[in-house]
Amino acid sequence: MSQPSKAAANSFGKRNGRAAALDRIFTGLVWGIGALVILFICGLLFLLLKNGLPKLTWDFLYGLPSEIEEGGGIGPALFNSFYLLFISLVISIPLGMAAGIYLAEFAPDNRLIGLIRICVEGLSSVPSIIFGLFGIALFVEMFQIGLTILGGAVSLAFLNLPVLTRVTEESIRSVPVELKNASFALGSTHLQTIRRVLIPVALSGIVTGICLTAGRAFGESAVIILTAGVTTSGEMWDFNLFSPGETLAVHLWYVQSEAIVPDAQEIAQKATSVLIFVVLLINLVFRVPLWFNSRKTKG
Amino acid sequence: MLDLNASAQAAAPAELGQSIRGGSGPAFDRKARLRWSNSIFRVACIASAVFVCLVLLCILFLMFRTGVLTFQNVSFREFFFSADWDPENDRYGALIFIFGTVALTLLTLVISVPFSVVIAVFLAEVTPSWLRNILRPVLDLLVGIPSVVYGFLGLTVLIPLLRDLTGNELADGLLAAAIVLTIMVLPTISRISDDAISAVPKKYRDASYALGSNRFQTIVRVVLPAARSGILYAVILGMARAIGETMAVVMVIGNTAQMPSSLFTPTAVLTSNIVMQISSVEFDSTWNYALYLMGFLLLVISLLMIVAVRFLQKRGARES
Repeated sequence: MSQPSKAAANSFGKRNGRAAALDRIFTGLVWGIGALVILFICGLLFLLLKNGLPKLTWDFLYGLPSEIEEGGGIGPALFNSFYLLFISLVISIPLGMAAGIYLAEFAPDNRLIGLIRICVEGLSSVPSIIFGLFGIALFVEMFQIGLTILGGAVSLAFLNLPVLTRVTEESIRSVPVELKNASFALGSTHLQTIRRVLIPVALSGIVTGICLTAGRAFGESAVIILTAGVTTSGEMWDFNLFSPGETLAVHLWYVQSEAIVPDAQEIAQKATSVLIFVVLLINLVFRVPLWFNSRKTKG
Repeated sequence: MLDLNASAQAAAPAELGQSIRGGSGPAFDRKARLRWSNSIFRVACIASAVFVCLVLLCILFLMFRTGVLTFQNVSFREFFFSADWDPENDRYGALIFIFGTVALTLLTLVISVPFSVVIAVFLAEVTPSWLRNILRPVLDLLVGIPSVVYGFLGLTVLIPLLRDLTGNELADGLLAAAIVLTIMVLPTISRISDDAISAVPKKYRDASYALGSNRFQTIVRVVLPAARSGILYAVILGMARAIGETMAVVMVIGNTAQMPSSLFTPTAVLTSNIVMQISSVEFDSTWNYALYLMGFLLLVISLLMIVAVRFLQKRGARES
């Protein structure tokens, strides 16, 4: 009688010992891999920043690119990046937000709207090159205006539209219904409720979404290559919508793989660091206040 | 007396109403203005929703219409099952690119999913909370790094490294592209899986610990199965990103239309082929139509994946 129970206790203890060892190995493995991979990626990006940032000069940031000689700058490309980003956001933010508000607040709950929702969701993760092809068919072929800033900006705006629509809809839907009811109970109209209650509460989500799209649009290259070309007009501060609009991301690719300048490597390094720096800056400037804000409201 | 009282009562509301209507003109104005702005706003919202839908439908329609024109000159069988891509001589077999895309995506997933799940577990279950509060925003920032930067990284760091390791003259190819894509999709997959793991109710863990299991057993037998559908969702999103990624792949894959015989053979995928060739062809040519058809193929694949995600979410909602 005592024999089997002892054996059972023993095997239990043994099993437990093995499980404990497994647990320890597992914990070590997870710590090791997790920390290593994250450190590895951050290290790579840090390396890129370190290679480029110290060499940056104002001449490089302002300067005109050169095709053959050393010492070309990225001025027009950098300017085009911001210009395109600005135009595309001006087009896509109002449209995307309004469409998102419609889907969240006004839309009836039927099959057609369900289909539209799937469509919007699908297109927000469609490969960006599709929008580039669409831009070519629309601007180069149908309107015959060639590769222009306008075409690039509108194609970028189309790329952003589904994402912004979805983000707005989801953020507004996640506002507690009590807040909305309270606003209606105070006698406000639907517009007043949306403007004074729903949008301020949903703002954190919406701004995060806008930041992500802005960062994506700033670094987007496939759409720009197809619709705005790989050259600039060669002047600084060229606001003409119909001049070719190479952006910084495209310039990085172009310099690295097509150009024949002798210092291509160095230009590419510096351009990369500017690109990373700006994207991080966009995120930090807009999102860090929101993180602090959410911590405050939660605590 | 009763009668008089009643008539007085009847008169009073009428008078009251009169005074409101007559006496507060501005209030009435305000009401009309509110109603007007309300309806304007509503119409504006509907108009932009219609516009967004119109753009989306236009894209679907245009890609389909232009792509289908390919089949005027090329048979269905040739396009999908022939590996002979030689547009100058009117041969449009896209099998190389379709195979390249599928192989690249699978290879990326094979490398990235295990790492991502481990990182997600690391973030959600193992790290102390102060480290978690630092690492989550860092990963969120990594999601936003432009893809061309990763391509540059692959071109300048990874390919020379691979060349040294393997001794090949050329290291461009599927493996280099898959590693670059892995670095790109890793933050996406691990952050969404991390959210899914964190969303597993605490009572499951408590129950598991109460039965005497340790952390390893709890995570592997209870938490991960419970977060299964969320992790699958993350993997599909990562897959969508890997399939559609263009510039990072263009920079490291070699861009040669040949069937890859090894992981280090330069080859091409759908996206890279479109972007490298589209600017040099006439719009009204079979070559161009074939490129559009490839685009349409990508569109259909990614839409199908979104439908799969929807289905998963619905099932997950029903289970919980």
